[in-house]
Amino acid sequence: MIQTENLTKRFGSTLAVKGLNLSIEQGEVFGFLGPNGAGKTTTVRMLASLISPTQGRAVVNGFEVGRQDDQIRRSVGVLTETPGLYDNLSAEYNLRIFAELYEVRDPAGQVEKYLRMLGLWERRFEPTATFSKGMKQKLAIARALLHEPKVLFLDEPTAALDPESARLVRDFISELRREGRTIFLCTHNLDEADRLCDRIAVFKTRLLVVDTPERLRQQMFGRKVVFHLRNLDEAMLSKVSELPFVSEARMVDGRLLVTLDDPEKRNPEIVRQLVMEGAEIQFVGELRYSLEEVYLRLVRNDGAPAT
Amino acid sequence: MNKVRTIIRKEWAEVFRNRMVLFSVAFLPLLMAAIPLAIIFASRGSMTTDQYGEMPAQVETFCPAELSGGDCFQVYMVSQFMLMFMILPLAIPSTISAYSVIGEKTSRTLEPLLATPITTLELLAGKSLAALLPAIAATYISFGIFSLGAWIMIPNPAVFAAMMDARWLIAVFLVGPLLSLVSVNVSIMISSRVTDPRAAEQLTALLVVPLLAVFFGQFAGLFVINRELILYGALFLLLIDAILIFLSTQIFQRETILTRWK
Ligand SMILES: Nc1ncnc2c1ncn2[C@@H]1O[C@H](COP(=O)(O)OP(=O)(O)OP(=O)(O)O)[C@@H](O)[C@H]1O
Ligand SMILES: [Mg+2]
Repeated sequence: MIQTENLTKRFGSTLAVKGLNLSIEQGEVFGFLGPNGAGKTTTVRMLASLISPTQGRAVVNGFEVGRQDDQIRRSVGVLTETPGLYDNLSAEYNLRIFAELYEVRDPAGQVEKYLRMLGLWERRFEPTATFSKGMKQKLAIARALLHEPKVLFLDEPTAALDPESARLVRDFISELRREGRTIFLCTHNLDEADRLCDRIAVFKTRLLVVDTPERLRQQMFGRKVVFHLRNLDEAMLSKVSELPFVSEARMVDGRLLVTLDDPEKRNPEIVRQLVMEGAEIQFVGELRYSLEEVYLRLVRNDGAPAT
Repeated sequence: MNKVRTIIRKEWAEVFRNRMVLFSVAFLPLLMAAIPLAIIFASRGSMTTDQYGEMPAQVETFCPAELSGGDCFQVYMVSQFMLMFMILPLAIPSTISAYSVIGEKTSRTLEPLLATPITTLELLAGKSLAALLPAIAATYISFGIFSLGAWIMIPNPAVFAAMMDARWLIAVFLVGPLLSLVSVNVSIMISSRVTDPRAAEQLTALLVVPLLAVFFGQFAGLFVINRELILYGALFLLLIDAILIFLSTQIFQRETILTRWK
C-alpha cells in the first residue's frame, strides 16, 4: 500500500529524512516512532503529496508521489499535527467544506455519518471554538475520513488528549483497522503503538528498525525468565548456566534471571534441574520489557539493535 | 469551478464575522459616496458667473461650453473627488485577504486544505475572488449611490451629464477592478510573510500612495486626468496585474505555503 525507496528530504542544510525504505501492506497499522524533530511529520507530508521529496521515490496506494499527486490526495486521508479547524464555523460546516473539496458523492450523508460516529452530532451547529481539545481532534479525524480513504495518515492523534479521550480515539483507530484501512500512525505514545500497531518503525532522520513490537523486544533483549527461589546459591546458578539451551544465567537481587530462546519448551527442564539441586521455587515468570525500554535504547544508541 | 465556489463561500462565512472587514466593506463605500455628495450639496447655487474667471484654466477642460461658471466649478470639484472612488477597490480586498490568509496561517488550516485534491490555482482563485467580488460590488454600489444622489440633487441635466463623464465611468468600471486585482495580489503576498493582519493591511495601504500622488498632482494642476490618461493607466495596471498574477502563481505552491508561510 505504501512503498518508499531511498526517500530523502532536505530543508536547506537540514537533512530531515534520509534514505527511507519502507514497505507497508494493505490493512496494516504501521507505527512510526521517533523523537521530536525526527522527521515524522516531514515523512507524512511527503507521502501525502504535500511536499516533494528531495530524492528517492514513494508509491502510495499504487500512485507515485510527484507524478500522480492528485490521485494520491484523493485516496489518502491526513490527520495533521494540529487539528486546523475553522474556529468560527460550525462543526458541520467545517466538514461540509471538506466533503465538497474531496468531491464526496453524498456530502450531507457522509458528514452526518462521521459526526454521529464520533459523537459530535448533537453539537454540529456550534462553532468549533467552543469545543474541547478532544472534540476538536475527533472532528479533525472525521474530516480526514469523509472521502473514505484507503490509506490514513495520523500524526499524533492522541497527543494532548486526556486518558479517556485518548482511549476513545484509540478504539476508533482499532475500528478503522477492522474496516481494512491502512493506517500510518505517528506517535510518541509507546504504549499506544504497542497495542495498536502490527509493525513499528523507530526512526530518527533515518530508519533505525522495523518489526513487530514483540520481535523488537526479543531481538533487543532476548527472552528472559525470572525464577524466585527461597534458597538460591552458586551451585544452582552454575548448573543452570551449563544447560545447552541457556544463553545466559545471572543472579540479580537474589533471583535467578535466565535468558533463552524458547521458554515455553525449556522452562520445565530448568525447573526440574533446579528442584534436583534442592531449590525451593516460589514463582516463575517471564520478564517482559516494555516497548519504551526498547525504544529508548534504540534512540539513545542511535543504531541497530544490540545482540 | 465548484471548489472555487466552496472556497469563496467559506471565506465569506469566516471573514465577514470580522468587524474590521465589515467596516471596510460596509462603511467605506458609504463614506466615499457621501463626500462628493456633500460637495454638491455645499456648492449648490452658491457660485456666480463672474467667479469663473478666477478659476484655473484646466477647469475649462471639465466643462462643455454651455455650462455656467458656477455649474462648471461644481463639476470640477466633484471630479477632483472621483479619484476617491478608487480607494475602495484598493482598501477592501487588502483587508479581506489579510484577515483570510493570516487567519488560515494562525489557525493552521492551510495544511488540511492543501491535503485535499484542490489545485493551488483553484485555491488562489477562490481566495482572490472572495476579496475581489465584494470590493468591486462595493465600488459599484458606492458609485451608484453617488450617481443617484447627484441625479436627485442636481436640477440641470447638463451638469449631471458632465459629472458622469466617460472618464469616470471608465475609472469606476474598468480601473477599479484592475486596482482591486493589484491590491489582492499584493495583500496575499504580504500576508504570507507577516503574522499580524493589521500590519499586512497597513503595508498594503501603501498602494494608496500613488493614487494620492495622482490626486494631489491633479489638484495642484500638474496634469489633467483626461480619457487618454485613464486608458493608459488602465493599460499599465493590466500589465502590473499580469506580472503580479504570474508571481502569485509562483508563490502559491503547496510546498512553499506549508514550509515558508510562517
Ligand atoms: N519547513 C521547514 N523548514 C526547515 N526545516 C524544517 C521544516 N520542517 C521541518 N524541518 C526540520 O526537519 C526536521 C524534522 O521535522 P519534523 O517536523 O518532520 O519532525 P517530527 O518527527 O514530526 O517532530 P515532532 O515529534 O516534534 O512532531 C527538524 O529538524 C525540523 O527542524
Ligand atoms: Mg511532527
